[in-house]
Amino acid sequence: MTTPTRSASLRWLTPNRFGLSVLLIAAFAIIPFAGSDYLLDAVLTPFLALALAALGLNLLTGYAGQVSLGSAAYLAVGAYAAYNFNLRLHGLPFLASLVAAGFVAAAVGIVFGLPSLRLRGFYLAVSTLAAQFFVQWTLTKFGWFSNNNPSGVIDAPPLAVAGLSFSGPVGRYVFSLTVVVVATLLAIRLLRSQVGRNFIALRDHEVAAKVIGVPLLRTKLLAFGVSSFLIGVAGVLWAFAYLRTVEPAGFNLDRSFEILFIIIIGGLASIRGAFLGAAFIVVFPLLLSRFGAALLDNVFDSGVLEMSQRIVIGALIIGLLIAEPRGLIALVDRVADKIRRRLFRPQPGPIRS
Amino acid sequence: MSLVATAGGDALIVARARERATEASRVARETSRATDAVRVADAGVPVLTLQGISLSFGGVTALDGIDLAVAKGEIRAIIGPNGAGKSSLLNVVSGLYRPDRGVVQLGSERFRHVPTARLAAVGVARTFQNLALFKGLPVLDNVVMGLVHRRRAGFVRQILSTPQARREEAEARAAAEEAITFLHLDAVKHQLAGGLPYGILKRVELARALVARPQLLLLDEPLAGVTLAEKRELAAHLRNARDAYGTTIVLIEHDIGVVMGLSDRIAVLDYGRKIADGTPDEVRSCQAVIDAYLGVAHEGETELVI
Ligand SMILES: Nc1ncnc2c1ncn2[C@@H]1O[C@H](COP(=O)(O)OP(=O)(O)OP(=O)(O)O)[C@@H](O)[C@H]1O
Ligand SMILES: [Mg+2]
Repeated sequence: MTTPTRSASLRWLTPNRFGLSVLLIAAFAIIPFAGSDYLLDAVLTPFLALALAALGLNLLTGYAGQVSLGSAAYLAVGAYAAYNFNLRLHGLPFLASLVAAGFVAAAVGIVFGLPSLRLRGFYLAVSTLAAQFFVQWTLTKFGWFSNNNPSGVIDAPPLAVAGLSFSGPVGRYVFSLTVVVVATLLAIRLLRSQVGRNFIALRDHEVAAKVIGVPLLRTKLLAFGVSSFLIGVAGVLWAFAYLRTVEPAGFNLDRSFEILFIIIIGGLASIRGAFLGAAFIVVFPLLLSRFGAALLDNVFDSGVLEMSQRIVIGALIIGLLIAEPRGLIALVDRVADKIRRRLFRPQPGPIRS
Repeated sequence: MSLVATAGGDALIVARARERATEASRVARETSRATDAVRVADAGVPVLTLQGISLSFGGVTALDGIDLAVAKGEIRAIIGPNGAGKSSLLNVVSGLYRPDRGVVQLGSERFRHVPTARLAAVGVARTFQNLALFKGLPVLDNVVMGLVHRRRAGFVRQILSTPQARREEAEARAAAEEAITFLHLDAVKHQLAGGLPYGILKRVELARALVARPQLLLLDEPLAGVTLAEKRELAAHLRNARDAYGTTIVLIEHDIGVVMGLSDRIAVLDYGRKIADGTPDEVRSCQAVIDAYLGVAHEGETELVI
C-alpha cells in the first residue's frame, strides 16, 4: 500500500492526520492562552458540547440509519444524572459521575430505542418523541431530580477533577475539549470495527444484513445505547462546563431539532461533519447578530433583528442543502480536492472517504 | 421474460424433441432415474429438502405444493416464466417468507419457518434478484460482512482491540481478499459499492455470499444484466466454487443456454407448481416445459428463441 522508501514516521503523517494534529495542538496549547473569555465561554465550550451530541446522534442516524428526535432528552438525562451522582454519592470523583451519567443516558436510550425493532423512518422518529416528552415531564414533575427546586432548575457545582480545579473559562474549555477528544477517538474506533460496519449494513439494507447474520436487535440497541451515551456525556458538559445553571425547559424539542440540523448541515455519517455542523450552528448566529447589530442597530429593534437572523440562517441552510445535500463536509472535501489537484497536478491526490 | 438460448444447438434439439416429446421424455426420465440413484447413494442426506411448500399472497398462489430435494455438491437450476414463484421459493428457504404449508429441511434440521437470523450459521448464503449491497461500505468491507456471523468479540473488545478481536478481523479480511481475487474484483475493492456498475455489483454480492464458504448457496438471477462474456466467466466461477469447496448451489436463471451448460439438474416452475425436475436433457424434452414456454411466447412474443 505504501512505498517502502517512505519512513515509518512519514507514513503515519497522512494529510488527514497532519491536519488533525495541527488542530489539536492549536486547541490544547494555543487557544487556552490566546482566546478571550468570551470566545471560550460563549463559543468554544458550547460548540464542543453540541459537537459531541451531534457525533452521538450521527452514530445513530447517520451511520445506523435510525432517525431520532429525542436527543435533547438524553442531554437532559446526562445533565441531571451527573448532578444527582455528584450530589448524592459523596466522594465519587467527578469523572466517575460523568461516565455513570453517560451510562444512565444509554440505558434510557436503549429503552426508547426498543420501538426501532418494529418501526422505521418517519414512524420511528415520531416514537422517539416519547423520550423527549417523557424525560422533560419527569424532570419537572418529580422534585427529587433537581433536589426539590420548585422549577426543576439545577446549579452545577464548580468543576474539579482529582483536586485540580477547572472552574474558570479556560479550565472548563480544556475539560470539555479533553472529554470530547477522548469520546471522539473512541467513536472512531467503534466505527472502524465490525460494529461500525454492522451499523452501516443495517442502514443500507436491513434484509441483507439479517440474512448474513447481523444481529439486528443487538445492533440497533447498541446504536441507541452508544449514541445516547455520547449525548448524555455532552449533556454533562452542557450543564457543568457551559451553562452551569440548567432547567428541563432548556432541553426541549427545539434542542433536539438543533442537533438533528447540525448533522444534516454538517453531513450525515461523517464525524468531521458533526463538528462542522456544530460550528456552523454556534458561530453563525453570533456572527450574524454582531454584523446585524453593527449595521442595522439604529434601524430595527432587537426583536426584528433576531427574527431576521433566523430567516437568514434558514435561507442559508436551504441553499446549502440544495447546493450540496451531503452537507458542509462534502462541500469542504470538494474544495480541498480542487486545491490539492491544482497544487499537485502531476500526481492526483488520494481519495478521501 | 423470454426464454433465450445462447447456443443455436439448443433450438434444434428442442424443436426436434417437441415432435417426439413423449417418447424422448420417457427415455430421458428413465436414464436420469438411474443416475439419481447413484447420486443419492453418494451424497446421503440432501442438503436441502422441501416438502409440500405452499404459499399465497391474498388471492395469488405463489407456490403450490412444491417438493424438492437438492443433493450435496449439486448445481440445481430453477427456471420458469415471470411470476412462476422462483424468488418466492428462495425466500421461503431463507426464511424471508413463511410458507402456508410444508416443511423446509436444511441438512438435518427441519423448519416450518426458517429462522433468517440463523441462516448463515446453518451454512446458507444467498444473493438477491435486485442487488442487496451495502452502498455506504467499500467493496472489501461488503465482502468482509459476509463473515459477520462468525464474529464472537463483542463491541467492547472491538473498541479495545483485544487479541481476539484483532484475530477475527484479520481472518475476515484475509478471506475477503481471497474471495475478491477469486472474482477479479481487486481493482475496485477500496471503492464504495454505491458508485459501481451493475455487473460488478453482481459479482460483489456473489463474493459476499461465497466468502463464508457456505454449504448451500442460493442465487436469485446471479447472471441477469451482465454481458455474455461476464456470464460465461461467472458460470465458470460458480462451477469452480462448487468443485473447490463442495458448495451446493441453487440458482434461478432465465438464460436457458447458461442453465443447460451449468446445472446438474433443473426444476421448472410454472404458476407456483413444479412441472418438471430432471437433468438438462430430460427437461429440454419435457412436453410440459415446452408448453409452459410456448404459452409465454403466445402471449407477447413474436418469436420463440429456443
Ligand atoms: N411479497 C409479496 N407480496 C405479494 N405478492 C408477492 C410477493 N412476492 C411474490 N408475490 C407474487 O407471487 C408470485 C410469484 O412471484 P415471484 O417473485 O416468486 O416470481 P419469480 O418466479 O421470481 O418471477 P421473476 O422471474 O419475475 O423474478 C407473483 O405473482 C408475485 O406477484
Ligand atoms: Mg424472481
